[in-house]
Amino acid sequence: MTTAPETTEVTWTSDEMMSVAASRALGGVTACFVGIGLPSTAANLARRTHAPDLVLVYESGTLGSKPDGLPLSIGDGALAQTADAVVSVPEIFNYWLQPGRIDVGFLGAAQIDRYANINTTVIGTDYADPKVRLPGAGGAPEIAASCGEVIVVVRQSARSFVDRVDFVTSVGYGRGKGDRERLGLCGRGPSRVITDKGILEPDPDTCELTLTSLHPGVTVREARESIGWDLRVSRDLVTTPPPTGEELTVLRGLTDPKGSK
Amino acid sequence: MASIVSLHDGVRDLVRDGDVVAMEGFTHLIPFAAGHEIIRQGRRDLTLVRMTPDVIYDQLIGAGCARKLVFSWGGNPGVGSLHRFRDAVQNDWPVPLEIEEHSHAGMANRYVAGASGLPFAVLRGYTGTDLVRHTENIKTVTCPFTGEVLTAVPPVNPDVAIIHAQRADRSGTVQMWGITGVQKEAVLAAKRSLVTVEEIVDELTPVPGGVVLPSWVVTAVAEVPGGAAPSYAQGYYERDNDAYKAWDAVGRDRDTFTTWLSDTLGVGARA
Repeated sequence: MTTAPETTEVTWTSDEMMSVAASRALGGVTACFVGIGLPSTAANLARRTHAPDLVLVYESGTLGSKPDGLPLSIGDGALAQTADAVVSVPEIFNYWLQPGRIDVGFLGAAQIDRYANINTTVIGTDYADPKVRLPGAGGAPEIAASCGEVIVVVRQSARSFVDRVDFVTSVGYGRGKGDRERLGLCGRGPSRVITDKGILEPDPDTCELTLTSLHPGVTVREARESIGWDLRVSRDLVTTPPPTGEELTVLRGLTDPKGSK
Repeated sequence: MASIVSLHDGVRDLVRDGDVVAMEGFTHLIPFAAGHEIIRQGRRDLTLVRMTPDVIYDQLIGAGCARKLVFSWGGNPGVGSLHRFRDAVQNDWPVPLEIEEHSHAGMANRYVAGASGLPFAVLRGYTGTDLVRHTENIKTVTCPFTGEVLTAVPPVNPDVAIIHAQRADRSGTVQMWGITGVQKEAVLAAKRSLVTVEEIVDELTPVPGGVVLPSWVVTAVAEVPGGAAPSYAQGYYERDNDAYKAWDAVGRDRDTFTTWLSDTLGVGARA
């Protein structure tokens, strides 16, 4: 791969734009609780670009992991070997997550709804007889409750962006403004949902997810048509700055180490 | 004091039909060999407990060993779904599988309560989720000091806990390091325990961050080199990621799985 100067045209995929936008969302963050998959890619990209001191926390019990490449799983040996400390799983949840020590929780989703509630449990409304049995909650319910804020990274599709999730595995804003406070959840909830089309943020008055940024080359219509509710568009809609050459080089080095060398 | 046993004898003596069995490991040190021995010995009607049921639980479920699964995340880590687990939940194949579903924080605290000899553990968790509506073992408790309403979960006290560790000494004292998850709590919460180890050594040298389970809290130790493969054992071998990926195709199809069961473990599917 040749390194293109900033002035020449750089091409990228929508997934790459998503990971870059997610990594930028970690600016100014001290510690991030990282889910596996897209969140892990973005968090590791952030640590290798603009946030070298970002503390990556994984639910397997690793604090301050600095893996060379992307971990294969949430309990990859490289996460433990490069960590500042490895603690037990009860400790990671009770001492580190529960009291609100972690600024950002970085989650994926199988289904997400208008109020950023997340479902990773079952597709179909009959829990006892689901259409699709998904992996389940993992650490997400308490990450979503107790981190200072939550960032969700998920590809857009009508199947995944629904008006109401079939099952609330992790609470976003419940049925709207005030629900988190009524439930006594400590963290302030999802601040951004970053997709392959753009960025959604909760409306300050209603907490309904609203399109606030479009990735370059994506139209509002394209962003709206893969959302299962009537997506509102912010009056202050902006265009996400495109990935820089450096961001793309580092990202490709992480996701496809052989191809980039 | 722990007995040093063969894997065959350890499973024969400690794991009984109908038992509550917890085989723990958080992507590291997964007791695969012990799980395979349970399948070979044809155990039935087990209640399997695990925070992160993965490929070995998929194999146990597909082989018809389990009637219930208590868990918080069931998947093929880094790969995708567990198809035998899905087939059992969605289609009752090969036998119906009852599930009891939690979050990681809830399960971790259930083990802590079990290890602590307490009737429940308290946490801030599950609030506002639909798990509360479907899992009876999630309740609330009011703090007697502040009046705050918190979540309570009962202990897990398995009949037998099975874990894999790096090594043990000849008295059966167990040493493990790296990501050790909830294994210590699982052993201390259980009535009986079986620990498979990479090697039995004359003397255990201290390891940074190491967890030691003294011989007198362990029931039996079996030396099973490679007993965590295809997961990894830090300091011994890496995860065989290709095996995890290959499992997706094997687990996806009943016939392919049944052939695997017969070819690899020499057993037929449940009659």
